[in-house]
Amino acid sequence: MRSASETEVTPDQRSGSVLDVRALSVEYITDAGSVLAVDNVSFSLDPGEFVAVVGESGCGKSTMLFAVAQLLAPPAEVTGGTVMFKGRNLVGLTDKSLTAIRWKDLSVVMQSAMNALNPVKTIAAQFKDAMRAHGVTSSAEIANRSAEVLKMVGIDPEHLKSYPHQLSGGMRQRSMIAMAMLFTPELVIMDEPTSALDVVAQRSLMVQIKELQEQFGFAVVFVTHDMSLVSHFSDRLIVMYAGQVAEVGPTRTLFDSPRHPYTDGLMDAFPSIRGPKVPLSGIPGSPPNLARRTDGCWFAPRCPKVFDRCHTERPELYYVDGIQARCFLYDGSTS
Amino acid sequence: MAMIIPGGTIEPAVPIELTDLGPSTGRSGRSRSPAIRALARIGKAIRSNRKASWGAGLLLFFILVGILPGVLMHGDPNVVGQFKVGLPLSWHHPFGTNGIGEDLFSQVIWGARPVLEIAFGVGLASTAIAVLIGVAAAYLGGIWDAVLNLLTDVLLVIPLFPLLIVIAGYLHSTGTAVMIVVITLTGWSYTARQLRSQALSLRKRDFLEAARVRGERPIYIIVVEIIPTMTSLLVASFLTNALYAVLFSSSLQFIGLGDPNQVSWGTMLQQAENNEAFQTGQSLWIIAPGICIVLLGAAFALLNYAFDEIGNPALRPLRRQKQPRVLRRTSAVG
Amino acid sequence: MRFALRRLGFFLLTLWAALTLNFVLPRLMPGNPAIAMIAKFKGGVSPQALHTLEVQFGVDTRKSIIAQYGSYLKNVATGNFGTSLSEYPTSVGHIISSAIFWTLGLVGVTTILAFILGTLIGILGAWRRGGSLDSIMPPVFVITSVIPYFWLGLMVILVFGVKLHWLPYFSNYSSTDTPAFTLSFIWDVIQHAILPALTLLVTTIGTWILTMRNTMITTLADDYVRMARAKGLSSRRIMFDYAARNAILPNLTGFAMSLGFVLGGAILVEYVFNYEGVGYWLLAAVNNEDYPLMQALFLLITVAVLVAILLSDIATALLDPRTRDAG
Repeated sequence: MRSASETEVTPDQRSGSVLDVRALSVEYITDAGSVLAVDNVSFSLDPGEFVAVVGESGCGKSTMLFAVAQLLAPPAEVTGGTVMFKGRNLVGLTDKSLTAIRWKDLSVVMQSAMNALNPVKTIAAQFKDAMRAHGVTSSAEIANRSAEVLKMVGIDPEHLKSYPHQLSGGMRQRSMIAMAMLFTPELVIMDEPTSALDVVAQRSLMVQIKELQEQFGFAVVFVTHDMSLVSHFSDRLIVMYAGQVAEVGPTRTLFDSPRHPYTDGLMDAFPSIRGPKVPLSGIPGSPPNLARRTDGCWFAPRCPKVFDRCHTERPELYYVDGIQARCFLYDGSTS
Repeated sequence: MAMIIPGGTIEPAVPIELTDLGPSTGRSGRSRSPAIRALARIGKAIRSNRKASWGAGLLLFFILVGILPGVLMHGDPNVVGQFKVGLPLSWHHPFGTNGIGEDLFSQVIWGARPVLEIAFGVGLASTAIAVLIGVAAAYLGGIWDAVLNLLTDVLLVIPLFPLLIVIAGYLHSTGTAVMIVVITLTGWSYTARQLRSQALSLRKRDFLEAARVRGERPIYIIVVEIIPTMTSLLVASFLTNALYAVLFSSSLQFIGLGDPNQVSWGTMLQQAENNEAFQTGQSLWIIAPGICIVLLGAAFALLNYAFDEIGNPALRPLRRQKQPRVLRRTSAVG
Repeated sequence: MRFALRRLGFFLLTLWAALTLNFVLPRLMPGNPAIAMIAKFKGGVSPQALHTLEVQFGVDTRKSIIAQYGSYLKNVATGNFGTSLSEYPTSVGHIISSAIFWTLGLVGVTTILAFILGTLIGILGAWRRGGSLDSIMPPVFVITSVIPYFWLGLMVILVFGVKLHWLPYFSNYSSTDTPAFTLSFIWDVIQHAILPALTLLVTTIGTWILTMRNTMITTLADDYVRMARAKGLSSRRIMFDYAARNAILPNLTGFAMSLGFVLGGAILVEYVFNYEGVGYWLLAAVNNEDYPLMQALFLLITVAVLVAILLSDIATALLDPRTRDAG
């Protein structure tokens, strides 16, 4: 088992990938000092792959996602790393240069459609906006495509005339996904699109997304705090903690044998509806305050397998059986 | 005369949440009373915000002048013809004398006190009434809420200054006490509405539910749990009403509806106007009291604006950041 | 539809409240002020006019208060406000009709200008956060918005009128002119309006700038603005179509409510410049104890504010689809 430094090219970071994030770091810079919200995150995505990013609230997953899409707003700033998308580094590009890529090649679906859709414009108007921004001027073409994408997600095109507040929660989320499909981009980034829905609607939405993915072959980065949701739908899983990648690998492998103690704890916290009845266990303690950087592993205070070294040194990502885990248990030095 | 509160919005779309204060039974326990903790927080907030520091400094200055005018100037500023007319600026008369032989500097100094009395009087009274009505409406609910709400809304809409003029017109001349009463009665509705909004949103919060379950009496809940949490709104209400009081009272005095026997900045301006100060080259008679009104008003407004920023961090001034070196090295392509 | 009915209902209720307030006020004051007024005008006014006043103001207690209220309401409905005392025998209605014209011109134009300019500057300030415009704006405008209207007017007179002799500062037009639709008269009117308009503009614009800026900042943090960026929309489109259109909604309500304040401030500006509009006449009436005129003007101002609020409600309903459905 060898350790992998984040900047080396490893089997996990291939060329030919649709998205290649390397050593991405994001800081929140305020008068009171700066907080490292995303710490040296690297991963890559093949065309058509579905990668889920999971973690507790505040672990930095949404920030990381917006950093990838170049949608951060002050006081958040990208302070390091690159985001290679189709051969170009998105970091540092001006808004004008990004316009060509935005929505055509890379689209975004957000958490709450009630907040993500402009409340004073109809659905049709918001679709039209996106299309006109990319040179589609014929109103016939706009109308046709709008109706087409709505039908793709199972909504009657009648609702093009509606305002967001007039649709149900599930319909709103699906219209957001329809909007993301307008140009059938190569990569769709989703930030907890199901969190605002009830469990039945959640599953139906996930199925819809998977169907669209199979039909059009786009890659998906899907952020959520709900492990059970992504277990069936994602190819690979990234577990984040305190702004760092804690564990990354194929979903099935991670579920069957999680390596990092944090991932282990997460798995235990979500009961399986079919398995034997086991007592629910959570992870004691609470997420760390990122403003107070300490020595040692971020997870050490809550880790059931902690030992001395964990408090003094910071672990890197180490390889073990086809996955990477940020834990000294796997750095090859302990037997 | 300001219209909308500088820096504030008319309708708090989301009532201001105070996560920095909180129920009195927090993790720190009941070690200090909520009032003292709130004051300590306010003090800290003032020192850290530049606008607030300026505002507080100005206000303190005027308060000192108002409390101890005799320190700066002796003699009765009211006696007409005490000095020669139109004297230039000198050590004896830092602002010179006006057209009827009064020393301007002493008038400005002595004039501070009635203005401050009115400002604080109206500020406190309006806030008190607004709290009573706002909290009562939100807490009692039902028909009381509907009625009080309607009353507040109606009063909110009737134009204040014309109403003040009409009332003062009927009364002919108004001393400090009457001025306070009149301005308060016409002006409480604005802040009452805001406080009611916040009280309503607080009703549903968990710590109040906990107090109810503990079996605390309603009056206890209102005084000990709800009011300290609304401290920021209460401070804002006081400052806003004080500001309006300064401007409204000066305006009323200027048009002759104040107390002619009292020296105040507004009455000074009225006298200046009556004595054709501009035409007789005594611009200082008009400039000096006016600037004082502006400074005192600015003190209240700055404090108000600063508290708005403190409560809503998104409004705070951004610090310009230089591009981190890493980004400048990577080029846009590959 | 329900929304429209509710607003209309509120409008009528407040109108009734203002009418009643107008009626009740003189009767609430310690010692009916109307008595002194009537005594003052006894010699110069006809006995019938005096008697009408006695009834109007409740000095004549032979009629019950309900009857007085009834005839008061009837008079208001028929537009009969009586005769002005200070300008006897001119009727109150006559004075009002010319005053409205002048005030609407001055205040109307200036307020709309201040609102538009202020909103645009506010949008710009919020969009370029951290820029030089944005950092000096708040403190500067906080100070300009606390300057008393009348004092700024006096200062403006001092600088531009007395010292520099650039512009006239007394009345709506020169006393040597007679009103006519000639170019020279119109120019004269405009010249006389510049200084008062400037005063009003400077004191009122600060508030618009600040509130728009603050609302914009909060709106710019909203998800749908981030979504608009994600879609690759141009900065201009995001600023106006997404951010500003949502940010302006609370400001519209504020605009109408603040109209009451603006009218109040305009009173002082008119007084300082001797500009013979509604405000000037209100103060003249107060100083002369001309209560019929005073009552009528107060009513007029209140109704104007109510109408403005109703209009802004309609505008909000047109711009925000959520209010239409909320009913």
